[in-house]
Amino acid sequence: MTAYLKLDHIDKIFTRGAASTEVLKDINLTIEKGQYVSIIGHSGCGKSTLLNIIAGLTTATTGGVLLENREVNSPGPDRAVVFQNHSLLPWLTVYENVRLGVDKVFARTKTKAERDAWVMHNLNLVQMAHARDKRPSEISGGMKQRVGIARALAMEPKVLLLDEPFGALDALTRAHLQDSVMALHQKLGNTILMITHDVDEAVLLSDRIVMMTNGPSARIGEVLEVPLARPRKRLELATNATYLKCRQRVLEFLYERHRFVEAA
Amino acid sequence: MNMTATKIEVETAAPAAVAAPVVAMTLRRPPRSETYARMARETAVRVIPPLVVIALLTLVWELVCRRAGSALPPPSKVFKDTKELILDPFFDHGGIDKGLFWHLSASLQRVALGYSLSAIAGIALGVLVGQSVWAMRGLDPLFQVLRTIPPLAWLPLSLAAFRDGQPSAIFVIFITSIWPIIINTAVGIRNIPQDYRNVAAVVQLNPLEFFSKIMIPAAAPYIFTGLRIGIGLSWLAIVAAEMLIGGVGIGFFIWDAWNSSHISEIILALFYVGIVGFVLDRLIAGLGKVVTRGTATS
Repeated sequence: MTAYLKLDHIDKIFTRGAASTEVLKDINLTIEKGQYVSIIGHSGCGKSTLLNIIAGLTTATTGGVLLENREVNSPGPDRAVVFQNHSLLPWLTVYENVRLGVDKVFARTKTKAERDAWVMHNLNLVQMAHARDKRPSEISGGMKQRVGIARALAMEPKVLLLDEPFGALDALTRAHLQDSVMALHQKLGNTILMITHDVDEAVLLSDRIVMMTNGPSARIGEVLEVPLARPRKRLELATNATYLKCRQRVLEFLYERHRFVEAA
Repeated sequence: MNMTATKIEVETAAPAAVAAPVVAMTLRRPPRSETYARMARETAVRVIPPLVVIALLTLVWELVCRRAGSALPPPSKVFKDTKELILDPFFDHGGIDKGLFWHLSASLQRVALGYSLSAIAGIALGVLVGQSVWAMRGLDPLFQVLRTIPPLAWLPLSLAAFRDGQPSAIFVIFITSIWPIIINTAVGIRNIPQDYRNVAAVVQLNPLEFFSKIMIPAAAPYIFTGLRIGIGLSWLAIVAAEMLIGGVGIGFFIWDAWNSSHISEIILALFYVGIVGFVLDRLIAGLGKVVTRGTATS
C-alpha cells in the first residue's frame, strides 16, 4: 500500500487561557491515491478539526500531514475543500466563483481562453453550466453545493476534502448529489476524504470508513473496508448482504460501543 | 385497474395542457395597459400624501404669518421676495453677489473634496482597525473620544493651522464625516465570515487580492452605511462652517441674508439646503445599492 496522504501522529490541543482541551489524540491514517475515505463520528468528536488540519486551516499541536511524502501545514489548492455551507462568495456569479480559484492555480500554466474553457468544463461536470451567470442567492442549496464542488475540482486538487458536504440538504437532493459525486469519483479518480455523520452515505460512497471515538481526546476507533464493487447502485445495495453488514458494523460502533454520552 | 387509471390521467391531463397556453396567451396581452394603470396608481399613492401635507402646512404657515407685524414672512411674500433668485440662479455680479447655483456649487465642491478625503482615509483606517486587534486596541478609544467633538469646535483650530478659510472648511468636513466611515468599515471587516477567509486561504489569495476580492465586497454594506451617515454629516457641517469662514457658499449666503434682514432669502436657502442634502443621501444610498447588490441578499 502506497501512502498518498498520510496523517502522522496528530494531536490537537485547544488552549484557552489556563484551560486546555485535547480534541484529537494520536491520529494515524494513510490514504492511497484514488481512494474514497470517509471519517464518521458523533458531533463534537473533532472530525471537522481533523479536516481543517489536513486542509491547513488549523495546525496540529503535534504530528503532521504528509502529501506525497511532503509535509503540508498551510492551506493550498492541492487540498481543495468543499465546505458544509457551500461558502460561495455572494457577490460573484457562479462562473466567477469557480474562476477565482482557477485564475490563481493556473495563472502561469493556462492562457485566459484555456482557463475560461476549464471553468466551463468543471461547471459541466456538475451540470451547472446553465447557471453560469446566476448569483448564489438565485440558485437552490443543492445547486450551490454543486458549484462548491466544481470550484474545488477546478483547482485540480491532489486530495479533495469534503466537510459534511450534503449535511444541509434535503434527503432527495442529498441522494442526487451523492450519485453525482460517485460518478465524478468514478470518472476522474480523485482521492477524496469526506467528513460525515450519515452511516448510509459513508457506506455507499467510501472505500474505507474511519470511525472516530467520542471526544475529548478522540481517536480512530476502527477502520472498516467496504468491499463493494463500483459503480455502486443505491437501489441494488439496499438488499446487498455486504452493504448491510458494513452498515451494521458502523451502526454498532457508533451506537453500542461509542454511544454519544451527552445525547443518551 | 392499472389501465383505467392511466387512461383517466391522460384524459384529465390533455385538456389542461391545451388550456394552459391559451389562458397564458390571452392573459399576456391586456396587462400592458393594466401595468401602466398600476404604475400610475402606485406613484399616486406615494406622491399624493406628501403633496397634501405640504399644501396644508403651507396654508397654515400663510395664515399664521399673514398678520401685520409677524416676525416671519408668509410663503406668498417669500416667493415674491425671492422670485429673482429662484428664476435666475446663474447670475454673477462679482464678489459674493452671485446666483444660488454658484453658492450651492461652491459648497458642494468643498463637500466633495472633504468627503472624498474622509472616505478614502476612513475606509483605510477602518480596514486597519477591523483587521488588526492591536490597531483596534490602540486607536478605538481615541476614535470614540474624537468623534464626539462637534464639527465647529474644530474650526478655530484648523483656521490656526491652515491660516485660510478654504482648507479649514474642507478639514472640518473631513473630520466630521470620517468617524462613522471608520467605525462602520471596521465592524464590516470584523464581521467577514470565517468561511470567506477559509476560501481565500485555500485559493491562496495574496493580501492585496484578499483586500480587493473578499474584504471590500464582504464589508461593502457596512461601508456604505458609514458613507451614508458621513455624507449627511458633511452637509450639516459645511453650512455651519461657511457661516464663519465667509466667501461664496450657501452657508455664508444664509448668514449674509440674516445680516441684511432678508428673511425670505434665508427660507429659500434652507429649502435648497434640504433638497441638496436629500439628493446627496439618495445618491450614496443608490450607489450602495448598485455596488452591494450581491452581498446584501446573502
